[in-house]
Amino acid sequence: MARTNRKELIAALLFLLPNLVGFLLFLVGPTIGAFLISTMDWALINEPSFAGLSNFQRLISDNRFWITLRNTGYYVFVRVPINVFISLVLAVLLNQNIRGRNFFRTLLFVPVVLSLVSVAIMWRPLVMDSGVLNQITSRFGIAPVPWITSSRHAMPTIIMIGVWREIGYFMVIFLAGLQSISSHYYEAARIDGASGVQQFFRITIPLVSPTTFFITVVAMIWSFQIFDLTTVLTGGGPRNATNTLVMYIYQQGFQNFRMGYASALGVALFFIVLLLTIVQKQISARWVHY
Amino acid sequence: MNRSILEKHASSIFIYLVLAVVSALVFAPLLWVIGTSLKTYPETITRASALFPETPHWQNYAEIFSLAPFGRYFWNTLLVSVSVIVITLVTSAMAAFSFARLSWPGREAVFVLYLSMLIIPVHVVLVPNFILLRELRLLNTLLSLVLTRAFLPLGTFLMRQFFMGIPRELEESAIIDGCGYGRRFAAIIVPLAKPAFVTLLIVTLIMIWNDYLFPLVFIQSRANRTLTLGLAILAGDFDIQWNLVMAATILSISPLVITFLFAQRYFIEGVALQGTKG
Repeated sequence: MARTNRKELIAALLFLLPNLVGFLLFLVGPTIGAFLISTMDWALINEPSFAGLSNFQRLISDNRFWITLRNTGYYVFVRVPINVFISLVLAVLLNQNIRGRNFFRTLLFVPVVLSLVSVAIMWRPLVMDSGVLNQITSRFGIAPVPWITSSRHAMPTIIMIGVWREIGYFMVIFLAGLQSISSHYYEAARIDGASGVQQFFRITIPLVSPTTFFITVVAMIWSFQIFDLTTVLTGGGPRNATNTLVMYIYQQGFQNFRMGYASALGVALFFIVLLLTIVQKQISARWVHY
Repeated sequence: MNRSILEKHASSIFIYLVLAVVSALVFAPLLWVIGTSLKTYPETITRASALFPETPHWQNYAEIFSLAPFGRYFWNTLLVSVSVIVITLVTSAMAAFSFARLSWPGREAVFVLYLSMLIIPVHVVLVPNFILLRELRLLNTLLSLVLTRAFLPLGTFLMRQFFMGIPRELEESAIIDGCGYGRRFAAIIVPLAKPAFVTLLIVTLIMIWNDYLFPLVFIQSRANRTLTLGLAILAGDFDIQWNLVMAATILSISPLVITFLFAQRYFIEGVALQGTKG
C-alpha cells in the first residue's frame, strides 16, 4: 500500500510540475515581485532603493491616478450593463424557434475574433470629426458630433465600440444558459396567459441569473483592463478623458521608467479588482437563483 | 385562433426586424472597411462614406507588403500562438489530472494558489515580468511572449472542473487492467475531455493572436513584431491613407476570421461552454 502511494505521489508531481514551474516563475513570483517593487524607487538604469510606502502615498495624492481610475470606472459601470442587456435580449430573440438562427449568430460573433487594435483602427475614420459618421448624418442636416475629440463624448464613443465588439461573445454564453431552462416553465406560463414580456421578466431573467452573474463578473474584470482600444483610438485623450488605469501603468512603467510607482499602480489595480469581485459575490446572493 | 396566428406572425416579424437592424449595425463598419481597402487614395476622400469602390484596387494589398514585412509578422504571430496553445493545453491538462484524479499532500493548498491567481490581472505582473525577462536576456524575443502567457491558471482551472465531472467508473477497468497513470490520462481522460480542450484552445487563440500590450512592452525590433503590434505601428505612421491602412487591417484580421468561418461550430461551442462550467 505504501508503495502505491509513493508511486501516486511521484506521478502527481510529474503531472503537475511542467505547469507549476512556469506558473510559479512567470505569475506567482512576479506577483510577489510586484508587491516588493512597489516599495522601491527604481528607474531601471540605477539600483533599486527602498522607499517604504512612499509610492502609495504619492498615489493617493496623484491627481492623474484618480482621473484614470474614474475613467476606468466610467467605462466599466456603463459599458457592462449595456453589454449584458443587449446580449441577453439578442440571445432571447435567437432562442425563439426562428429560421436563420445560425446565420445571425455567426454574423454577430465575427467582431469577437478581431483584435481590439484592428477594431480601433477601423473605427477611427468612422468617428473622426470629418469622418464617415458625421458625413452621413450631415446629409440629414444633423450637426456633426465630436465623437472622439470632446472629453464629454470620447468615453461614450469608446463604450459604444467596446459593446459593438463583444455583443456576440456574451450572447453566445447567454444562449447556452437559456437552452438549459426547461420549456415546461414557459408552457405553464402560457397556459396562465402570461405575455412574452411577462415571461421574459418572470421566467427568463431569474432562471438565467447564474449565467448573468458569470458574465457580469468576467466582463467587469476584462473591462477594468481596457488598454488597446483607448491607446490606439484616442491615445487617452482628449485631455485624459479616456486615459485608463492600465494605460497609466504602462505610461509610468515604460515611458517614465518608474518601476516602483508602476508596480504600486498595479497593486492598486489588483486590490480594486479583488474588492469588486468580493462585492459582486456578496450582492449576488440577492439576485442570483441557483 | 386567427388572432393568435396573427400575433405569432407579428412577433416573428418583430424579431427579424430587430435582428436585421442589429446585424446591419454590426456588419456595416466591416463592409466599409473592406470597401475602403479597395479604394484609390483620392477615392477615400471624395467618396469616403461609400461602402464600395468604383473599381476594386487590389494593388493596395500588394503595396502593404512593401511598407512593412507583413509575412514576417504573420509568421511571428502564428509561431507564438501555436506555441502558447500547445504548452497551455498539454501542461494544464496534466496539472489538472494531478488535481482531479491523484491524491497528494498539499493538493488543496496548491489549488487555492491557482484559484487565487485567477483574478490577478496580467497587468499587475507586467513590470516584474519585464525585469525578469531582462535578467534572463529574453527581452525582444518571441519566447518572452510565449513564456509569460502559457501558464495562466485559467487553463488548469477549466480542465480540472471538466475532469471532476468525468465518472471515475470509466477509469476502473483501466486500473484493474493494471494501466499506469500515463495510460489512464492519455487513453481515458483526454479523449473524454475534447470539449474542454476546444474551449481552452479557442479562448487562448483569440487572446494570444490579438494581444497588443505584451508585444508592445517586450518587443523592440521590427523583425520580431507580431501582426497586432505591426499593424498598430503602421497605422500610426500612415493613418491618413485610409485605403492602405484598411488593407493592412484586413490582412491582419483575415487569418482568424477565416479560421472562425471554417470552424465556427467549435468557436461558438467553445465559448458557450465557459458559461456553464465557470
